Amino acid sequence: MRFMLLFSRQGKLRLQKWYTATAERDKKKMVRELMQVVLARKPKMCSFLEWRDLKIVYKRYASLYFCCAVEEQDNELITLEVIHRFVELLDKYFGSVCELDIIFNFEKAYFILDEFLMGGEIQDTSKKGVLKAIEQADLLQEGVWGGGV
Amino acid sequence: MALKIVKGSIDRMFDKNLQDLVRGIRNHKEDEAKYISTCIDEIKQELKQDNIAVKANAVCKLTYLQMLGYDVSWAAFNIVEVMSSSKFTYKRIGYLAASQCFHEGTDVIMLTTNQIRKDLSSPNQYDTGVALTGLSCFVTPDLARDLANDIMTLMSHTKPYIRKKAVLIMYKVFLKYPESLRPAFPRLKEKLEDPDPGVQSAAVNVICELARRNPKNYLSLAPLFFKLMTSSTNNWVLIKIIKLFGALTPLEPRLGKKLIEPLTNLIHSTSAMSLLYECVNTVIAVLISLSSGMPNHSASIQLCVQKLRILIEDSDQNLKYLGLLAMSKILKTHPKSVQSHKDLILQCLDDKDESIRLRALDLLYGMVSKKNLMEIVKKLMLHVDKAEGTTYRDELQHTCNTKLCNCSTLILLRYISILVELTRLEGTRHGHLIASQMLDVAIRVKAIRAFAVAQMAMLLDNAHLLTGNMQRNGICEVLYAAAWICGEFSEHLEDPNQTLEAMLRPKVATLPGHIQAVYVQNAAKLFATVLRKHEGATDSQAAQETSQLLVERLPLFVQSANLEVQERASCILQLVKYIQKLQQKDVEVAEEVSALFAGELNPVAPKAQKKVPVPEGLDLDAWINEPPSESESEDEKPKAVFAKEETKHSRPRHTEVDEKELARRREARKQEQANNPFYIKSSPSSQKVYQDAPGVEHIPVVQIDLSVPLKVPGMPMSDQYLKLEEERRQKEKAEKKKKEKKKKREKHGKGKKHDSGPESEEDITPAHHVDIVTEEMPENALPSDDDDKDPNDPHKVYDIQGNLQDGSQVVVSVIFENKSDSFLKSMEFNVLDSLNSKLQRPEGAGPHDGLVVPFQLPPGVSNEARFIFSVQSIVMPQKLKGTLTFIVKSEDSSTHEKLDFKLHFTCTSYLITTPCYSDAYAKLLESGDLKSSSLRLEGVNMPFHHLLARICFHHHFSVVERIDSCASMYSRSIQGHHVCLLVKTADQTVSIDAKCDEPSLLGNVLDEIKQTFSQC
Repeated sequence: MRFMLLFSRQGKLRLQKWYTATAERDKKKMVRELMQVVLARKPKMCSFLEWRDLKIVYKRYASLYFCCAVEEQDNELITLEVIHRFVELLDKYFGSVCELDIIFNFEKAYFILDEFLMGGEIQDTSKKGVLKAIEQADLLQEGVWGGGV
Repeated sequence: MALKIVKGSIDRMFDKNLQDLVRGIRNHKEDEAKYISTCIDEIKQELKQDNIAVKANAVCKLTYLQMLGYDVSWAAFNIVEVMSSSKFTYKRIGYLAASQCFHEGTDVIMLTTNQIRKDLSSPNQYDTGVALTGLSCFVTPDLARDLANDIMTLMSHTKPYIRKKAVLIMYKVFLKYPESLRPAFPRLKEKLEDPDPGVQSAAVNVICELARRNPKNYLSLAPLFFKLMTSSTNNWVLIKIIKLFGALTPLEPRLGKKLIEPLTNLIHSTSAMSLLYECVNTVIAVLISLSSGMPNHSASIQLCVQKLRILIEDSDQNLKYLGLLAMSKILKTHPKSVQSHKDLILQCLDDKDESIRLRALDLLYGMVSKKNLMEIVKKLMLHVDKAEGTTYRDELQHTCNTKLCNCSTLILLRYISILVELTRLEGTRHGHLIASQMLDVAIRVKAIRAFAVAQMAMLLDNAHLLTGNMQRNGICEVLYAAAWICGEFSEHLEDPNQTLEAMLRPKVATLPGHIQAVYVQNAAKLFATVLRKHEGATDSQAAQETSQLLVERLPLFVQSANLEVQERASCILQLVKYIQKLQQKDVEVAEEVSALFAGELNPVAPKAQKKVPVPEGLDLDAWINEPPSESESEDEKPKAVFAKEETKHSRPRHTEVDEKELARRREARKQEQANNPFYIKSSPSSQKVYQDAPGVEHIPVVQIDLSVPLKVPGMPMSDQYLKLEEERRQKEKAEKKKKEKKKKREKHGKGKKHDSGPESEEDITPAHHVDIVTEEMPENALPSDDDDKDPNDPHKVYDIQGNLQDGSQVVVSVIFENKSDSFLKSMEFNVLDSLNSKLQRPEGAGPHDGLVVPFQLPPGVSNEARFIFSVQSIVMPQKLKGTLTFIVKSEDSSTHEKLDFKLHFTCTSYLITTPCYSDAYAKLLESGDLKSSSLRLEGVNMPFHHLLARICFHHHFSVVERIDSCASMYSRSIQGHHVCLLVKTADQTVSIDAKCDEPSLLGNVLDEIKQTFSQC
């Protein structure tokens, strides 16, 4: 996987994770371009599209678009599964996740993503494993943060 | 120490945390950039503090801002500081920020090596985990080199959590520092059999990705993977392994043979679509890489095709798409297996998803064979008719055009008629392509020329069907081909006379120049044929008639603005005149005329040029003249529109250059005109001009005619029209000042059903008409424009009448009168609502939606429609801007047009004539609730009763009492305001004392009364 983006229906970026080194300017350009392409698609259209030399797999959950760019040989359906798995993880962690959860706790969303995917590859195929790791890391964090704030 | 922590948290209470920042940004939608720049200033202050908690908070906020697109590279060092914190909380934030913000160019990365190494060896597995995760994002070759050993050690860590991450990150390390691969590989291989499934799948992932880049190094692992594939039940892992095999099989065919069986088993057994799809794809890839000699080879293909069929039949769009995609891979090697599912693929052309239709089309494109050509083309033609979506439609036509040629003669016959049919379709942009295909086929295949010529003659004869919509598309290009084919192969024509006539019709002059030029040239060829035919039959009379026809018709082309057309036409005209003279002397001329066009045109193979030997001593690369300067060469480059034909006959080439030159000049002229403030722009796209340069002259003006309605001339010639327009505009300017009060009178006039009845007032002619005239121009008004546009008179003048109504609702009845010569339909009435006045729209309609006018208007017809407005405050007059959009239908085209207008709601129009008795009137005045105001009108030269009647009629008042030259009047607004007037007259001076409970309403009504009287 090259990168993953989360953006809202209004075209606001909510999360971005790049698994290959990309210059800041190119990132911005690609994000803008891709958002336009994806947002222009009708709801009944399939979730795949060819874009530049990449395959784009996207799925919309409520007001959020989850969008992954994978390489030519990659399996679209499993990428869709990755997206779905990530959404399930967010859902489990936040408890019926909504866009605002991701906006206000964006660092947590990143932590979950980082436990799930690493370098664009799946790290742990079990949801439980990922959540356990996150919980324990959070516990460690609470210890220091002390719940003061 | 404890104190320090307390102090830290107190400090933090006064800082914004991330949530505050996010909330702040959401609350400052208007001035986001400004808000964020103050936030960044705050963050800079926070970063200067010693407290690591404050710093971490600042870095966390920066990470968020980074995502929003702000540059935070200046804080890279602070991020490193936070990363180095001993507290996991801050470390985690630091690493997150680094993974988002750092890239290979970030110089502070050098400083992190030791910190990361420390974290990797931390006793806390989460410290290590966070460092690995971060590193996976920003690893550089230097870091990879320095840390490879540490990570390799971690691959054997006791905790699977760390092992898994370490294995995955090795892939990134290998990419950045390939030397590390050799020493690390044995350990990586070990991990394939790790007891922890997560670590195992990570190892499979890494090796699979490596193998995709360089498969041959991993062949030795095949048996191990084979074992994994047959034993694993994890679909994620299976997919990766299968993918790996897909990469390996091209190198080792025996592996492929071995794979087919387990793969087909998986295809049969799995319920996971992703796995099924992967298996099918790999089987296809394997079968493609195996040349032949597989016994159950076709069975596997059949199985794949069957499974794909299931995918395509699925209601899930995604599966459908992928099914078609995989199908097109099979098509390359096993077209027959796919062709049996033609029905299904044709069905997909009906899918609502354009990307699926395109996939299906792509597939059909490859499926066409001699046998099924007819059927597929027939279906495609049906689809072209109803296709939506421009890309899809173009693609469809492209398929029809390009892929279906190069077949046998019979098919070509059909092909020609398909091309002809294609030309009938509106909106094709492939005119050029169709034309070049037609020429190509006709020139190359002798056997079909007769048929082609007959079809082309038909096309020329029906050219008017095509030319209607030609401005918008290149379909008239086919006429180019048609004319050329008919001329060049005129011996095949059944009735050359008729075709000749068709080519010289006056309508031809509306075609683009380069096509006209071909017409003229080929008319001459036809002329030669006709002459020979007649002289063969010794029918000198008919021959002379033909010459006469040319002599009569050619002058039209001689006048052409296109140089090429002009030149050819005058040349041929002179030739024909000369021939005519000879004919009158009974000289046989046919032979000689035919000699002009003698010699057959043969197609030349693309490689033919290569076979011509270069003469000795000729250097083809040497410049003949000095190379032209850069700027010149750009202009002179001929446009290769008909590149294929140019090798065969170079005639049209001049026209191309010519047209380009003309276009350039036209552009320059337009530019000049645009810069000239005195030039009146008058292209049909005038709406656009309004937007670009909203000058006073382009604002549509509402104007009223009392006695002399502004007659709009029908069908003026363009230059005359420009004059008219200027005159009219001056007139309008003069009238502008007057128009407002005229408008009021109009309103008053319509309100007469509430009037008490001004019986004696025959001399008052109410102004019923508000003529709204926009600056519409004939489409050909630009004198320099192409001659190919039909003159059309789009002058439409509409009458709009306002009408007053009860409650706070106002009903406006609008009279639409079509003063043009065209049929108007699909009219939509829309008004830009103001805060105060709103057009009432049906439920569910948006606030900017127009209302459909429930009728169509044939030329010269008028009709009335009513629109309801709700009004909140009535104390001020209102002006609403509106637009009427409609479709103008003329004989051969329909265009979308719009008219802008303004609706004036005067205060008077909110008054209702209400009778009032004198005692009630007196009480009202005594109550003291009313504010008073007065007005004096000088030089009013009319009898007192006329004056009163005028106020009653135009301003909806009723007379309460009248004593000599003094009268009291009353009216009530729709919101119940009382308006009382005391009107006195003496020596042509009228004084009005007025009282009303709403002073601004009163002031406005008095202003309006004043305007009414200043008009007479």
